[in-house]
Amino acid sequence: MMHFLLLFSRQGKLRLQKWFLPLPERERKKIVKDMTTMVLSRKPRTCNFLHWKDLKIVYKRYASLYFCCALENKDNELLALEILHRYVELLDKYFGSVCELDIIFNFEKAYFILDEFLMGGEIQETSKQSIAKSVEASDMLQETMEEYMSKPAF
Amino acid sequence: MSDVVEKTLTALPGLFDSQTGAAKITNRLRQLIKSITELTSKHEEENLIKQELSAMKEQVSSPNTTMKQMREIMVRAMYCEMLGYDASFTYIHAIKLAQQGGLLEKRVGYLAVSLFLNEGHELLLLLVNTVLKDLQSTNLIEACMALTVVAQVFPKDMIPAVLPLVEDKLSHPKEIIRRKAVLALYKFYLIAPNQVQHIHAKFRKALCDKDPGVMTSSLHIYLQLIRESPDSYKDMTGSFVTILKQVVGGKLPLDFNYHSVPAPWLQIQLLRILSLLGKEDQSTSELMYEVLDESLRRAEMNHNITYAILYECVKAVYTIHPKAELLEKAARCIGNFVLSPKINLKYLGLKALTYVVQHDAKLALQHQMTIIECLDHSDFTIKRETLELLFRITNAQNVTVIVEKMLDFLRICNDEHTIIHLVGKVAELAEKFAPDNSWFIQTMNDVFSIGGDLLQQDVPNNFLRLLAEGSESKEEDDQLRLYAVDSYLTVLKGHTSHLPQCFLQVMSWVLGEYAHLQESVDQREVIRLLTQLLDQRSVSSETRVWILSALTKISEGQTDLILDLAESLSSSQDTVLRQQAQELRHLSQDSQLHEWALPRGAPWDGIEVDSSLSFLDGFVSEALAAGAAPYKPPHQRQEELCEDRALNLEPYGFSLPVSLSSCSITDRQSPTLLSVSSGLSGNSTELSQKAGSSTLILEGVKRVWGKDGYLPQKEATAPPVDEPSAAVQPPSQQEAAERIEPRPDPSTQNQDKQQLASSLFVGLGVGSSMSLLGKSEAPPLRFRKKPRPHESSSSSSGTSERSSDSSSRSSRNTTDSFLYSSLLEEEPAASISAFDHTPKSTTANGLAQNKDTKEDRRANTSQILGGDMVIVRPSTIQDKHPPSVSSDLTALLPADLKDLPHSDVISLTSDPSLSLSSCRLFRDEALLLVIFISNCTETVIKDVAVQLTCEELKTVSLRGSVGSVHSLSLGHCPQQTSSVRPLVVTTEEYGKLWLSLSHDVKQNLKLLTDAGDPLRTTLNALKDALQLHVVDIIGSEGIVACRLLSGAPCLLHCRVNGTALAMWLRSPHPALPDCILYHCQRALAHH
Repeated sequence: MMHFLLLFSRQGKLRLQKWFLPLPERERKKIVKDMTTMVLSRKPRTCNFLHWKDLKIVYKRYASLYFCCALENKDNELLALEILHRYVELLDKYFGSVCELDIIFNFEKAYFILDEFLMGGEIQETSKQSIAKSVEASDMLQETMEEYMSKPAF
Repeated sequence: MSDVVEKTLTALPGLFDSQTGAAKITNRLRQLIKSITELTSKHEEENLIKQELSAMKEQVSSPNTTMKQMREIMVRAMYCEMLGYDASFTYIHAIKLAQQGGLLEKRVGYLAVSLFLNEGHELLLLLVNTVLKDLQSTNLIEACMALTVVAQVFPKDMIPAVLPLVEDKLSHPKEIIRRKAVLALYKFYLIAPNQVQHIHAKFRKALCDKDPGVMTSSLHIYLQLIRESPDSYKDMTGSFVTILKQVVGGKLPLDFNYHSVPAPWLQIQLLRILSLLGKEDQSTSELMYEVLDESLRRAEMNHNITYAILYECVKAVYTIHPKAELLEKAARCIGNFVLSPKINLKYLGLKALTYVVQHDAKLALQHQMTIIECLDHSDFTIKRETLELLFRITNAQNVTVIVEKMLDFLRICNDEHTIIHLVGKVAELAEKFAPDNSWFIQTMNDVFSIGGDLLQQDVPNNFLRLLAEGSESKEEDDQLRLYAVDSYLTVLKGHTSHLPQCFLQVMSWVLGEYAHLQESVDQREVIRLLTQLLDQRSVSSETRVWILSALTKISEGQTDLILDLAESLSSSQDTVLRQQAQELRHLSQDSQLHEWALPRGAPWDGIEVDSSLSFLDGFVSEALAAGAAPYKPPHQRQEELCEDRALNLEPYGFSLPVSLSSCSITDRQSPTLLSVSSGLSGNSTELSQKAGSSTLILEGVKRVWGKDGYLPQKEATAPPVDEPSAAVQPPSQQEAAERIEPRPDPSTQNQDKQQLASSLFVGLGVGSSMSLLGKSEAPPLRFRKKPRPHESSSSSSGTSERSSDSSSRSSRNTTDSFLYSSLLEEEPAASISAFDHTPKSTTANGLAQNKDTKEDRRANTSQILGGDMVIVRPSTIQDKHPPSVSSDLTALLPADLKDLPHSDVISLTSDPSLSLSSCRLFRDEALLLVIFISNCTETVIKDVAVQLTCEELKTVSLRGSVGSVHSLSLGHCPQQTSSVRPLVVTTEEYGKLWLSLSHDVKQNLKLLTDAGDPLRTTLNALKDALQLHVVDIIGSEGIVACRLLSGAPCLLHCRVNGTALAMWLRSPHPALPDCILYHCQRALAHH
């Protein structure tokens, strides 16, 4: 089960955070700090995995953005790497050639997509199409809502 | 991601123009983000955010703010929180937005709630109604949002409110809703397993769902369930195999493919489930060989995801019952990983190897050169994983090299967790495989100085116990102790200010105990060194206590030095130090008393611990006669405190009674006891008890591997650092070289590596020198410890460990005494009388009070494991009843057990000559398991051995002289409910107790309506099933009380509410209400 997922920039600025287990605010801040320093200080040509406390950190850099998640010991690191990749694919499909700025300015959208993809730290839906469909359905609905301010006909 | 284009900030303005319509960047947010990116200092950012937040504060409290504006504010608040600023004033508005907004606002509101509010945040209560409304909404999106937020933030106590609605969603026509509902239930299962116990059948339906997404989600739950009890799901193996076959065969819609691999996440989930099911179970494993083979074959594509699947496959193949053909294929796969140039795959390969070498150490040999390369890898993660692998293949021959590598790594490592983890492993290896004394002491010195105060407490504890308990040969023990004393004196003569406290404590204890062994050293010198330590500022007060007690032990005859010291310390601020200084003064003045209190070199097993403190009886009676108040146990004191309302200002936690028994006597022997003042006596008394009861811990078997050429003793004091191969003598090197394929033109560097390899991988596999010389496989170990039942690695749980330990002892006693009383009345066997079966197990039970029932069960079961085997050898078998009249068997119970309530006698097994039945007796403070053995023949049977070799007390085997062995299941023997006892209280007492209890759970239960008075019928049914005490029934309400064996009470308040029974449970123990509730549910369901 995934414990948390963080997105941060090369400068260590947090872009998105998702916590799948309840943690106090102070702890969260410390983790974010630890993660950014640990991951950013990794040299090139090292593997994408790290040990941190009793968890395993899996991270990957996409352009200027680092995707970083924490797994339990029994989880499969390689698979987690592909979860990150699938998330990037989903963002890409939604924004159309996604870049860091898309996520900065539309971070709530990034959260909505994540909520359709992961739930409670586990994969919820692996089909790219159906995730895109459900996110878009909500979006479409919002458009009509704004226009007509009426209950959608479902 | 090749098509991700990194857009620079200079492209910002253009981006805004082009995206306004579609992406909906709200103006204010855009401005905020833009101005933040333009700022140069942190200070400016803080100011800006402060302004922004105060503007937002004003806006949210203004009545004119529309929902749409509120939504926009909420997004900005999320942004501020992400930057690390506090926007908690918006939390309540987030809830309001979710409650009152239209769909668009609701979505943002829910998102804000799930980001802002943790499980357990008090504002969440305000969300319940909104969520309930949305769950019932016919709008798909509203329902989706509600399910998402439920799975994200709902805490345990709010689950019952939404559970029925979420449950209903399992049969919703839309698959997305079903999927989300399944995952929400999975989350519920993780945080409160008891509450979803009743919907297991529905999970099965989800598994058979026509939508693959729903089915995949249900696998999360099944993986969890199967991990907890694989046996209950064996029957589903076939279904899982079929699903995996279909997936691997590409039967799922193409949409589920990921990089042309069919549903990889689903595959991996299934592989994990299968490996759990097939573990140690041949027949189940056989069902899955085919599909595993297929998976291994199909995963050929060179992509990360196929490697992820392969890795799980390999693990599964090595976990289930082995099949040679598959193992071979899996081993080849590992080769692909390890030899891959991709570093991530190499890492996973090392991990797979680490897992696999536990089953087959030879595999490490095949990859030795790769392993050595990884050992020198620049990446810390790879290095650490390699050390983990080496740890698994350590044996007596390669231990020095491997430990050296680990210590090298530790010296440059600065991550606390890694250090703790690895240092513990080094200590373990050193203890297990140490080739000689000086190496062992040297390595442990490194462990203590590197690990320092981060070390788990059991590392120093184990080390000291090892020194103290010794082996059979006194000479060898003394040699080891001498080494330690010499080594520590050298250390203390150098700089000591940087040494960790834990090392100082170890040293002072050893010097205190054994400095006298070293005759060439003046005791005054030792005293001087220790006194010096006391003067250092960096030494903590706990360490001072250790040092002082060491000084007390060696002070004999050195009155002059000691008196000064005692004088200077007797004005210390620290009361414990002051007390010790006083003791020191008295003892040093009275050598007779000193000799009596602290006998030098007294044997360990000679200590008798009088845990009942009977030697104080005289003192107590005197005090009582003089008018002192009688002693009250802590729980009684607490109850009285409850009555006295005025004093009761604190919430009622369940206090942990700390037993201080036995500390005064073992003072000398157990150094940890001196830290009683630090409040950790639970742990240390455990140590002394163990020490007191075990007679033989060490087996100092002489090391005899000189023949195969590994004799590092010569340069033992100088550890082989640069050239580890120097420590290896030619013969083994040659053999290793033969095993390694000769490479064309081996460079000198290669040779170095090969030498390292030969020293690392010596002693592995069939080709190793050990078996060539025709020796036994396992080399004799130097410091072998007797396995103990509760060797737990964590010391943090010291107190609970102790309580489980002592409760297991007590129940072992009762079991033993029972076996004795029912079978051996005329012949007390020596092996049994060795256990003291005092009926006073009350202290132990008192200690177990605040453990939940699960742990109780663990304690109950492990006692059997810990109790080794009780072999009973009656000369004749008394009972000659055929199994059919088993009901009469209870008449044979010993007189003192006859009146106890008991379960039905269950016939366990029988063969033509013997039959075995059992019955449970509920004593107030214990659960007794009675086993009846009956001889069904006319002949006299001799030598009946009853062996309780059970894991979890589920099976028992019976071996008779007839030669047949029966293993059979005890069935539902140690049920949780067996440890529930009625609690007899009056209504008034109940009321008082009710108010003092903190943990409560409420739930509606089924009411039995088949008889006239539904409440009474239901309560009576529960009473019969669970041994509860019905305190009172008033109108439509009833109060019921029970307690655990260990004493923790649980009060139940029941009220008839229409056709349901509203049950409200309270207990001091957090998990007990849930547990009792679950059993009530079951009892009513079975009715």
